[in-house]
Amino acid sequence: MSNKTLFDKIWDSHVVAEVEGGPSVLYIDRHLIHEVTSPQAFAGLDKRGIKVARPKQTFATPDHNVPTKDQHLTIRDALSRSQIEKLTENCNRHGVTLYGLNHPWQGVVHVVGPELGITLPGMTMVCGDSHTSTHGAFGSVAFGVGTSEVEMVLATQCIMQPKPKKMLIEINGKLGKGVTSKDIVLYIISKITASGGTGYFIEYSGSAISNLSMESRMTICNMSIESGARGGLIAPDDITFNYVKGREFAPKGAEWDKAVANWKTLKTDEGAVFDKVIRFEAEDIEPMITYGTNPGMGCKINAVLPDGSELTDNDKNTFLKSFTYMGIEPGTKMLGRKVDYVFVGSCTNGRIEDFRAFTEFVKGRKKAKDVIVWLVPGSKQVEKQCQQEGIVKLLADSGFELRQPGCSACLAMNDDKIPEGKYAVATSNRNFEGRQGPGSRTFLASPITAAAAALTGVITDPRELM
Amino acid sequence: MTTEKFVTIESSAIPLAIENVDTDQIIPARFLKATTRDGFGENLFRDWRYDKNNKKIDSFVLNKPIYAGKILVGGKNFGSGSSREHAAWAIADYGFKVVVSSFFADIFKNNTLNNGLLPVQVTEDFLKKIFQAIDKDAHTKLHVDLVNQTITILATSESEKFDINPYKKTCLINGYDDIDYLFNMKDKIEAFEKRA
Ligand code: SF4
Repeated sequence: MSNKTLFDKIWDSHVVAEVEGGPSVLYIDRHLIHEVTSPQAFAGLDKRGIKVARPKQTFATPDHNVPTKDQHLTIRDALSRSQIEKLTENCNRHGVTLYGLNHPWQGVVHVVGPELGITLPGMTMVCGDSHTSTHGAFGSVAFGVGTSEVEMVLATQCIMQPKPKKMLIEINGKLGKGVTSKDIVLYIISKITASGGTGYFIEYSGSAISNLSMESRMTICNMSIESGARGGLIAPDDITFNYVKGREFAPKGAEWDKAVANWKTLKTDEGAVFDKVIRFEAEDIEPMITYGTNPGMGCKINAVLPDGSELTDNDKNTFLKSFTYMGIEPGTKMLGRKVDYVFVGSCTNGRIEDFRAFTEFVKGRKKAKDVIVWLVPGSKQVEKQCQQEGIVKLLADSGFELRQPGCSACLAMNDDKIPEGKYAVATSNRNFEGRQGPGSRTFLASPITAAAAALTGVITDPRELM
Repeated sequence: MTTEKFVTIESSAIPLAIENVDTDQIIPARFLKATTRDGFGENLFRDWRYDKNNKKIDSFVLNKPIYAGKILVGGKNFGSGSSREHAAWAIADYGFKVVVSSFFADIFKNNTLNNGLLPVQVTEDFLKKIFQAIDKDAHTKLHVDLVNQTITILATSESEKFDINPYKKTCLINGYDDIDYLFNMKDKIEAFEKRA
């Protein structure tokens, strides 16, 4: 038997058939759906006159357009309301499990999956959302798909996909003070660019990765897509098993032991070949922030921004367009720039660990007066944990308020929109033009860099306050 | 479900010489609230096409009357970002049949193919030539031949081959989709489930 990568092992064991000269027919173990990319897929089933093939393997929760205040009231926006009603109706009609708006397990789909043990090592998972890559942190092959593919999975539990190439990103060493997994991934993308991962599935390894908690690993896998990669994954280990153990849908008793024995084989064999290997040193990574309009435009927080002088043609136009949009002069610094909004949340950094880190940082200090801060838990369970651990109280003492779970200002489909021309430090994953609302300007950063900005009202190196 | 069959297209093209055009630009999130596939073309590139008072921005290519056609030519790394298929729907709904770029994001590429929209990936060099040809003459025509997998600038007869997965090619030419195909594999899928 040839030596296989972790990705090969999982992918190959899920191939139902190979199409001649074409994609693989891949079996999907778990399918997550939400209100925005599923209605047309269900409509497609209706048009074909068929039912969901394996309703027990699909889980649904509304997240993209839900309000983060007064969730118990009827949603005011008629279109958002109708999408959520459609999701409910479709799930009921097809027997799909739904964690609706007032359910204690509702939340951002990629926070909910791992939290409930729906996500397990060795699985194939898809969702009509590019950040499905998050679940790769458990050693699963998880990737985002379009609505036609959502329909495909609902109809047949399979998907037709060409097998991606494999990339290994290895990071060894110890992270410095104030450096989080968000900084690791922003650093990676700034090095390999926003398209450097296109065509690949990335395995992350090395001591700087294996020392991370599950939450931190999820942050890295989550943003694989921001490098253009289809997904990212990390070999499961004891940290993974301890996280999964006891969760709602995790195997129990003898089943558990059997599962763990199997999961322990999920790692890249010695000598297995990747199409590309990249290595970084943890010591080179510092707190990061983005300055432009794609996630590859990031730098160390205290760096001088590029001035674009070495660029030509299209590259130069794109570069200048981005700086103009952001209202930033090339060749200047990020430190000390005025911040109008701070957003902590999303499937990248909306987990309990993120709120713990933010709270630990702001504890005993006060929010800057002229900054508006939206703290949005990734799920109802995260919200509840924040209450139980006293985080809500500590936040209130410092002048912050915790909202209700949803995608919120990550994509601004609900009312949480950054106004035109305003600057936001966001812990989410995309800084595209208008992503956080028409004309909004986004700086992506870690929860503690966000905390530093929330306290000072300007871009601040978090290490100075630690 | 069958889509329109695709063989060749000859048309002038609309040049969008910007890199990293992400799906948030192609169709901003606030327009994703529909529950059907239709009508997204209206909001294609919304924030580049219209200002905040819904007035057309004259300088944007789609608003320049000189440009028309069924082919959209974009810069490198086209369709990055969100997996929203609405981006492909919006481009198709607007009337495009082909998108040309020197590099496509993976999910976007799948999404176009699943909607009868052909992504033609050309070399950096050829992309430049296309932009130059359109620059010279806005009505210049491109010929896209799916069977032979070629794209040609008619004015200069310069031509390049492009890649497409043979299975996807057959689907496009015959106008059928993956679900039709997977349905015929029911037994194999069930056998796989028993084995697992
Ligand atoms: S939090 Fe943002 S990135 Fe994550 S699923 Fe929601 S919209 Fe997508």
